[in-house]
Parts: sequence; C-alpha cells; structure tokens
Amino acid sequence: MKRTEPLIFELSKSGRGATAQFPPAAEADIPAAFRRRGPLPLPEVSELQAVRHYTRLSQMNFGIDTQFYPLGSCTMKYNPRVCNSLAMLPEFIGRHPLASAATGQGLLGCLFELQEMLRHVTGMAGVSLTPMAGAQGEFTGVAMIRAYHRARGDTARNEIIVPDAAHGTNPATATMCGMKVREIASLPNGDVDLAALDAALSPATAGIMLTNPSTLGVFERHIVEIESRVHAAGGLLYYDGANLNAILGKVRPGDMGFDVIHMNLHKTFSTPHGGGGPGSGAVGVGSRLLPYLPVPVVGRDGDRYRWLDERDLPESIGRLSGFMGNTGVLLRAWVYMRILGASGMRRVAEFSTLNANYLLARLVEVGFDVAYPGRRASHEFIITLKRQAREQGVTAMDFAKRLLDHGYHAPTTYFPLLVPECLLIEPTETESREELDGFIEALAAIRREAASDPATVKTAPHTMPVRRLDDVRAARQLDVAWKPAVA
Amino acid sequence: MPYIPHTGADVRAMLDRIGVDCIDQLFDEIPPELRVDSLPGVPAPLSEMEVARLAAERAAMDSRCLNFIGAGAYEHHIPAPVWALATRGEIYSAYTPYQAEASQGTLQIMYEYQSMIAGLTGMDVSNASLYDGASALAEACLMAVRAHRRSQSARILMPASVNPVWRKVARAITEGQRLQLETLPVDPARGTTDPKSLERYTGQDVTAIVIQQPNFFGQLEDIEALTRWARANGALVIAAVNPVSLALLAPPGEWGEGGADIACGDAQPFGVPLSSGGPYVGFMASRIEHVRQMPGRIAGRTVDADGRPGFTLTLQAREQHIRRGKATSNICTNQGLLMTAATIHLALLGPAGLERVARACVARTQELIAALTRIDGIRCAFAGPRFHEAVLQFDRPVAPLLESLAAEGIIGGLDLSRDYPELGHALLTCATETRTSADVECYASLLKRLLGRQAAA
Repeated sequence: MKRTEPLIFELSKSGRGATAQFPPAAEADIPAAFRRRGPLPLPEVSELQAVRHYTRLSQMNFGIDTQFYPLGSCTMKYNPRVCNSLAMLPEFIGRHPLASAATGQGLLGCLFELQEMLRHVTGMAGVSLTPMAGAQGEFTGVAMIRAYHRARGDTARNEIIVPDAAHGTNPATATMCGMKVREIASLPNGDVDLAALDAALSPATAGIMLTNPSTLGVFERHIVEIESRVHAAGGLLYYDGANLNAILGKVRPGDMGFDVIHMNLHKTFSTPHGGGGPGSGAVGVGSRLLPYLPVPVVGRDGDRYRWLDERDLPESIGRLSGFMGNTGVLLRAWVYMRILGASGMRRVAEFSTLNANYLLARLVEVGFDVAYPGRRASHEFIITLKRQAREQGVTAMDFAKRLLDHGYHAPTTYFPLLVPECLLIEPTETESREELDGFIEALAAIRREAASDPATVKTAPHTMPVRRLDDVRAARQLDVAWKPAVA
Repeated sequence: MPYIPHTGADVRAMLDRIGVDCIDQLFDEIPPELRVDSLPGVPAPLSEMEVARLAAERAAMDSRCLNFIGAGAYEHHIPAPVWALATRGEIYSAYTPYQAEASQGTLQIMYEYQSMIAGLTGMDVSNASLYDGASALAEACLMAVRAHRRSQSARILMPASVNPVWRKVARAITEGQRLQLETLPVDPARGTTDPKSLERYTGQDVTAIVIQQPNFFGQLEDIEALTRWARANGALVIAAVNPVSLALLAPPGEWGEGGADIACGDAQPFGVPLSSGGPYVGFMASRIEHVRQMPGRIAGRTVDADGRPGFTLTLQAREQHIRRGKATSNICTNQGLLMTAATIHLALLGPAGLERVARACVARTQELIAALTRIDGIRCAFAGPRFHEAVLQFDRPVAPLLESLAAEGIIGGLDLSRDYPELGHALLTCATETRTSADVECYASLLKRLLGRQAAA
C-alpha cells in the first residue's frame, strides 16, 4: 500500500495548470464593490500531477473492490459495475432536473418501475424516492408520523420509542423532528423487552422505531405482539431498513404491520458507498400515511409519467431536496433490481444469511464467544471479546486493527453500544466460502497471537500507512483545513 | 445466480457446518404466518446484456437538449479525469473512513476538499459535505440557532430572493423545531433585498439572516449593507453562495465588517453532472467559533503513534453515532463520492481555470440577455449587476413558449409564474461557459420565430 502522499497544495507551483480544461478567456463586467480582492487559494498543478495524486490517494484505501469489507450494518456487497455505466449514460446525466417531463419519459419510466418494485418488495402502499440517505429517510418517516397525528388533532403524541440497540440516527432523528425519545431495553436474548414496551406506551406515544432484524443480528420474534400493542396504544410503527438485506423476499415490513419504512438503497440495493455517500433513503408507507409522502413522487397517467408535487399531494410533509433526490443513485438501484429480479432478491436474503451463519458457526468452533448464543444469525452477528480483554488485555479495537494487517477491513466495532468489546460482522451474499475461510483463519490467528504476543496485537496495524492516529490531539489541536503560508 | 459465488458443493458444506438441512431453516425464527414465498409485482431477472439494451432504449427516449436553465443546477464542463478517478474501485466502493489506517486516501481527500471550500468561502472550517444545497441551507438555519446562544427568538429572516425550493426545504426540515422563518420582500426594480426592508426588525431579537449571493434571480445582493445591519443588530449571517461565482465575487468571510458566520450552498457546479437532479453535494463552512455546532463529518490532520502525520475523523462528539439524541444533526452518510469529484475538479481547474469559468459564465449570460432582449416583447426584469442568470419578462405567457422550444431541443429556462406571480410573464434563464455564441444565436432566432408565429396566428 502507498504510504504517504503530499497534499495537493504542496504540489502547487504558481503558473502551472491543467490548461486543456480551461474555457477561452472572456471579460466579465462585475463592479469592484462586489469583487473578490484576495487570491483564490486553490492548487496549481498539471493534469498529470492531479491524476497521479488522486490515483495514489486511492491506493491508500480499502474498498470492496480490493478487500473483504465485513462492516456490520453497512451491507458492503459487490457494487456491480454495470449499475454505474448505465446510470452514467449521457442522456441521463446530461438532463437538467427542471426540463419538462415530456423530455424525460425514459428516465421517469425507470424511476416509476423502481418505486413499484420497492413497494412490492416491502409490502407497502406507496413509495417516495426523494430522501437522500437513510437518516433523511428516517426524518421523513417521523415527520409523516407527526403529520398524521396532527391531522387527527392528536397533538399530545410527542414521544418516539427507540430500543437501546438502535442506530444513533434513530434518536437523533426523533430529536430533529421535535419528538422526545424514550429508550427501552432489550432482553438478554436480543428481543425487545415487552414489559419495558408496555411501560413506555402511553397517550404520548407517537410511534416506535424498530430495526428488524435488529442491530443485534437477530430477528425480533415478538414483532406481531409489538405491532398489536403499539397500534392499540395509538402509536405508529417505523421500520428502519438498515437490515432489509437479511429478509428480502422472505418477509415484508408491510406484512409485519409497519406503517412506514425507509430503505438504504446503498446497502440492500448495492449502490456504491463512495467513501461516505451518496446514499438514498427511499421511504415506503402504509395507506394511513399515503397523503403525507414527501414530494415529488413519480405518477403515471395512462402511458405517460409525470412528477406529482404539492398540488397533487396537498398534505405532503413537503420537499427535502433541491430537486427530486439522488436520481443517479436511484438509477443504479433500478439496474440492480432489474438484473436480480424477484428470484435474485430472495437469494440476497438466503445467501447473506447463509454466509453469516456459516461464519458464526466457524468462529464458535475456533473459540470465539457469540453475544447471543442460541439465536440464529440474520445477515450479521456479534461476537464479544470481553474474555480476551479481561484475560489478555487485548480489545475489540486491537483485533480490528490487526485484521487490517491480514488484508481484511475490520467489522463494525463497539456498536451496538450495549454489547461490551463487540465486533458486528456482516459478510454479505457476494463473498465466496474461500474468502470467509480466510477471514476465519485471520481471526483465529490473531486470537492465538493475543495469547503468545499480545504487544503485537495491541500496537497493530503494522502494514498500513499510519498506525493509531491521535484522535485526542486531532480534536484539541484542530487542523481541518490547509492554509496558505502568509508571505 | 447473479453476483453470488456459491457452488452447490459450497452450500452443502456450509449447511453441514452450521448444522441445518437447508437454507430455509435459517429463517426459522421468523413467525411462519408472516413469511412470503414469492414477490409478485417484481419482474423476472435480466442479464447484463438485456438490461443494457433496456436502459439504452429508455435513454434514447430522453432528448439531449441545449440547456439555458440553471435555477440551482448548472451545466459546466467536467474534465475527463474527474469521473475516471472518482469511479476507481478503491474510492467508489469504500465507506465512511471509520478505520482511519485503511482509509487515508478518503480522509486526505476530505481534508483537501475542506481546505478548498474554506479557501473559496473565506471561512475557517468546512465539513466534508451535506446532501445538497437546499438541505445544507436547512442545516445552516438549525446550526445558527444552536450557535447564537444569546438569541432566544430562533427567528431567521429569509429573503424572497432566495431559491424558493430551498426555502421550502428549509421549512420542511426545521418544522419540528421552534424556528420562525420570516420572508423579506424583493425590491421590484433590482430583484434584490432592499436593506431598508430590515429597518422594521432593528432592535428586535433576530437570530440570523440568510443572504443568497448571487440570488435566485442571478442578481447580486448588497452584501455589505445587509451584513452590516446583521452585525449591528446582533444577528448571525448565513451566506448561501454559488461556489463558481466565488472566483470573482467577494467570499462570505469578507462580507461587511467581520464576514458571514456560516456559508453554505451546492458544490454541484464542481464536476457533478446535472444527472436529472442528483446526487449533488451540499457544502457548509463556518467561522472557527461555531465548529462544534456544525453538522456532518469533518476530517482532521493529526499524528499517529509513531509521530507520522495522518488524517482521522474528528470532533465526532457532535455526531449521532456518539451523541445520539443530542447530536447536531441526524446526518450519517453524506455525499462522499461527489465531494471527491468536486475536489478533483477544483485541483484541475485551479485558481486560473476557475476564474476563467466564472468570467465566461458572466460574459455568456450578458450575450444571452442582449440577444433575447433585442426581440420585441422581451425585456430584462431587473437592473444592477448579476452573475450567470437573469430574469426576462415577456409580453405573453412563458409556458407555451418553453414547450415549443423543448420540442426543438432547447430548454429555455424556468417559468417563474408559479413562484413569483408578481413578476408577470417571467423567465429565469442562464448561460454557462458551455454555451457558445452559436448556441445563443440558435436560441434567439428560434424564440424570435416562435414569437412571430404566435403573433401571426
């Protein structure tokens, strides 16, 4: 792996430039009072320098295309290249979002099909594609729940119930929507504590946010009970689709009784994670929440498609993006879903679950402790290194860092927060048995090493460009932007 | 089986190891009454060849038009290296750099991006992207309320000259909190916010004022007077800016006395194709004293255990995965890939290239205005300086003209009659460096012909 690369600013030399990219010179008539006075602090490099620099930086990264990347709860599966190449067809990427629907029937047709496929695969009554990431999908869902209660004059409902195992985005979203968060405990077996749920439900309950299978890597077995109790209390159910991959085509959130769900198209439907986005958090709703869907939504009149807006959905919670969401991500998801088809989608759940349960069984064989013994793994599972931390002083973080030396990206560490020293491992369906076996070997080797040579594990990684960055210094001596030297 | 590598023998061996007879048994914790065994409504699978054919047929239905429209999304030249590099697997298929040692590439790109945005806006710090310009404005409003502790009102002045969709988005996203967004009127002569309209708020508790530069109409706001008023009245300034314009225009950090507090906008013009509306890339920068109220990821430069320089995610205590219900925002995934494209784009253009782009945009727009206002019945709506958009007023409804233009392959602009009925038959039009004199001539002559034909009919 490439070890260091200067900043692009450090490569800069006054008077140099990628001049083939420059438009012809022109005069611009802007009065002096409005003009920039100082120089523009951008780098001056040749095209080749820029190409080399960013190629080299890319070589300092792990990606799915280079490594097994079992980051729990992130669904790091293969991103088929064809999804990118078809979404980048010149007619699609050259199209202005405000060009009339008449000039975009092909694109709108794809998006309409995507809405329909997502609706069927989740068992919901309607879908809006506009939310731009999972967290915005969550926001949409809670905002619709709020709008629903408000429209009924039920304004006292201002609490959202969230299990303690939930993603941080769930409580953050509830707060952003002006709701109070009520956290409820999970049982030692990973299921929601129904007694705690009963105690939390009240006339103030607006709804509950659930991830199922949960972030503990198990399917919530009491979902039918939970659904009837929350609905009986007048609340609605929100499904966080982070783990939809585990149940695709096996069980549908709509059939479980959820009123609203978001889907992470960048997880389940394999659009690229891009080093931190873009995502897409399409939402699906049951009939109660249909009027509140965010706009725009693709509608069909006969054989013509058009965007439905505030005039068509006057009770909509409104707009969440400048145009219609992350269209390019949606097109990639459309390609993926058309290639998989109904049968392929069921296989996603089957093989991601097979891979997870195989990994789990083998890791138990080689001596690791599973956080929820006796439970089936969903598409992911948790091992806890509590014993290793106590006996050898080697933590989950040490295991994670040492895995990098073995050429594997680390699983998610220290999440969910309620399992000590945990690794949340999600292999996905696109990994082969050989890849999984290699990963098991690596973890087993680190476990042996933790006993024989703990110092090596505790100081890992040893083969990466850097080793254990000083996060405290990063926060205290904040350096978040290069500044030109003052002449 | 698309993208699934398992052979029959693999499956058998794996099931044996798990100790079950068949894959279906792995789903035995799901209540049987909830299970489905088919997905009616989802089509049958296609091969890559078939889906490529289908996508090409769909794309062929969508005409490739000559764009004279902006309104928040701008067509610019994108250097070929931008997407060749951004789609390298090591960048395209990585995720948020939680494991810093295995993500130094992504982290350094974030740091370079933050440096470029901070430099362009004249602010101290930038985050590593938000979703888009509209949602960035919403987050900026929420951030201003958190940052301005002395202000109790959570009242934000929002000029009507700010992009109307961005205003709607700001309203939808802040609705659950106690923010009051109050509209400021547009000066009908100049298409800008008259600083005099602020007089009625003097002495009142105002948390922040939003200033869009150039504004939605392409006109340049009197940023000096507006910012000075805000300073004198203890209100924060939120600058919503077109980032290309910053090559020529005063950066928010230098507005008035002391500059704006928060700058935000959409970096789509930096290497991100129009793509029918997204994914784009929201940016946000601020003064250093507000950094702990900023939403989103931030990369920082630090040292490692051996004293080597390196990069890591920093100030994570602001974020949802640490602070949960007390985080600055619920944002998690942002627009990393587009942030990368914007960084590469800016590295290729550099200061000279970006300034040329900005100048060419201004010049082409002036040329467009001159060509269209030579036609009888079309006049420029506003006086005063502008960047690369303009409002033209017609003597008849704009919508049918736009339809006729589209039929001939020209997207002529945005009909403003819905959002600004007070402007009459008004069109918002735009020309970037990608439009040539011949393109402008083509638009003008076609419009002249259409108007003449309408008049004759």
